[in-house]
Amino acid sequence: MPHDDHDHPHALLPPEPALRVKALETILTRKGLIDPAALDEIIDTYQNKIGPQNGARVVAKAWADPEFKDSLLNDATSVVAELGYYGRQGEHMVVVENTPGQHNMVVCTLCSCYPWPLLGIPPGWYKSDAYRARAVREPRKVLAEFGVTLPAETSVRVWDSTAEVRYLVLPMQPKGSEGFSEEELAALVTRDSMIGTGLPKVPS
Amino acid sequence: MTRVHDMGGRFGDGPVNPESEDAPVFAEDWHARALAVTLAAGSLGQWNIDISRHARERLSPKDYTRFSYYEKWISALADLLVQSGVLTEEDLRGEADGGEHALANRALKAEAVAGVLASGGPADRPSNVPVEFEIGQEVVTARPAANRLVDGGHTRLPIYAAGARGRILMVHGTHVLPDSSAHRLGEAPEPLYAVAFPASELWANPEHPQDEVVLDLWQSYLEPE
Repeated sequence: MPHDDHDHPHALLPPEPALRVKALETILTRKGLIDPAALDEIIDTYQNKIGPQNGARVVAKAWADPEFKDSLLNDATSVVAELGYYGRQGEHMVVVENTPGQHNMVVCTLCSCYPWPLLGIPPGWYKSDAYRARAVREPRKVLAEFGVTLPAETSVRVWDSTAEVRYLVLPMQPKGSEGFSEEELAALVTRDSMIGTGLPKVPS
Repeated sequence: MTRVHDMGGRFGDGPVNPESEDAPVFAEDWHARALAVTLAAGSLGQWNIDISRHARERLSPKDYTRFSYYEKWISALADLLVQSGVLTEEDLRGEADGGEHALANRALKAEAVAGVLASGGPADRPSNVPVEFEIGQEVVTARPAANRLVDGGHTRLPIYAAGARGRILMVHGTHVLPDSSAHRLGEAPEPLYAVAFPASELWANPEHPQDEVVLDLWQSYLEPE
C-alpha cells in the first residue's frame, strides 16, 4: 500500500463533488466496470425498499409478543433474518432493550456503522462529526438536543459500533398502546427511537 | 496513535442538528450516486470492507475535515481504485482509452443487485485462537491505541478507550481482525467481545455516575486486569 506522502489520486478528478462522482461513474462505466442500471437498482433499494419501517415492524412485534421479544434479545440475527431482514451491514445483529433503569443509544465514532437492513441508510446527523464526537462523552446533552430528557435514575449505555456487530435499540412501549395491533404499534416507532436518540410516539 | 477519523470524545464540534425523520434518504442526487458507485465498485472483489474503511481514514486530515460525507466516499474510492490497480492515474485524468477492462466480467448487473445486498458479507469466521475472557471478567485495553502490525495502520480501538478498564459484557464469537485484513495480511480471526466501560473511566467529567460506554473489541486489544 502506498505511503501517505504519495499524492492522493482523487485530486485528479474534478473538485466539485457532484462532478467528481459523475466523472468517476463515467470512467468506470466506459470500462465496463459498473452498470448504470445496477446503480439505479441500488439507489431504488435504499430509497424505497429498505428503511426504518423494517425496524419498526420488529419493535412492534416485540411489544406485542413476549416470546418473540425474548428470542429477539437472545439471537437477533436469526430472528430478524426469519422476517426477511438480513443483508449488507446487518450480518451480526444485537437488539438492546430500554428499561426504566437503562437507556441505550448507538453511535459509530470511527465511521458510520448502522444496521442497514433494519433502518436503511443513516441520516446525516448520525454521520456528523458532532454526533460521532459527543455521543460517547456527553450522551445526555446530545439527547437534550433531540428533545429527550431522562430521569436521574435512568443510566445511559452508549454502544460504539467498532466491529461488524450492529445494534438496534428496543424502546419501551409507550403507555396507552396496550392491546394495539402490530400495525398500530409500528406506527408509533420512530427511527430515532431505534437509534436511542428519540422515544416512540405516544398514542393520542 | 490513530487518525483524524478517530473523533470520539472530541470537544468543539457544536450541537447535533437532527433533521426531520421525513427528510429524503439522499439529500442530493449525487449522494445516492456516490453510494451506488462505491457499492458497485466493491462488487469487483478487489478489496474488503476494512481496506475501504482505511482508504477513507487515509484521506489527509485537511481533506477528511473539509469533505462532506459522500465526498469522503467518492474520493477514497478513487484513491482505492488506483491503489488496487483497477484504474491508473491516466484513467482518472481522462487520458486513457475507454476499452473494456479485464475485470468487466465481474461488473455488478442490475438483476444481481438484490441478491448481493441481501446476502451481505458476514465477518465471523472459525478461529484457532481460544476464547480467553468470560462474561463479567475485568479487562484493560491496549495503550496506545494503534495497529501493532502496520505503523499508522487501521485499527478499531478508538483513542478515547486506550488503557481503560472495563468488563466483558458479551462474547460475539470469532471475527476477522481489521488490523490485519485492512492491509491484506489475512483475516486472522479471533474472539470479539462487547466490553463495558464506566463513563468515569473514559472522561474527566462524566455526566452521570452510572453511565457506561460499550465497545466491540478484539481479544488482542485486551489484557486481563
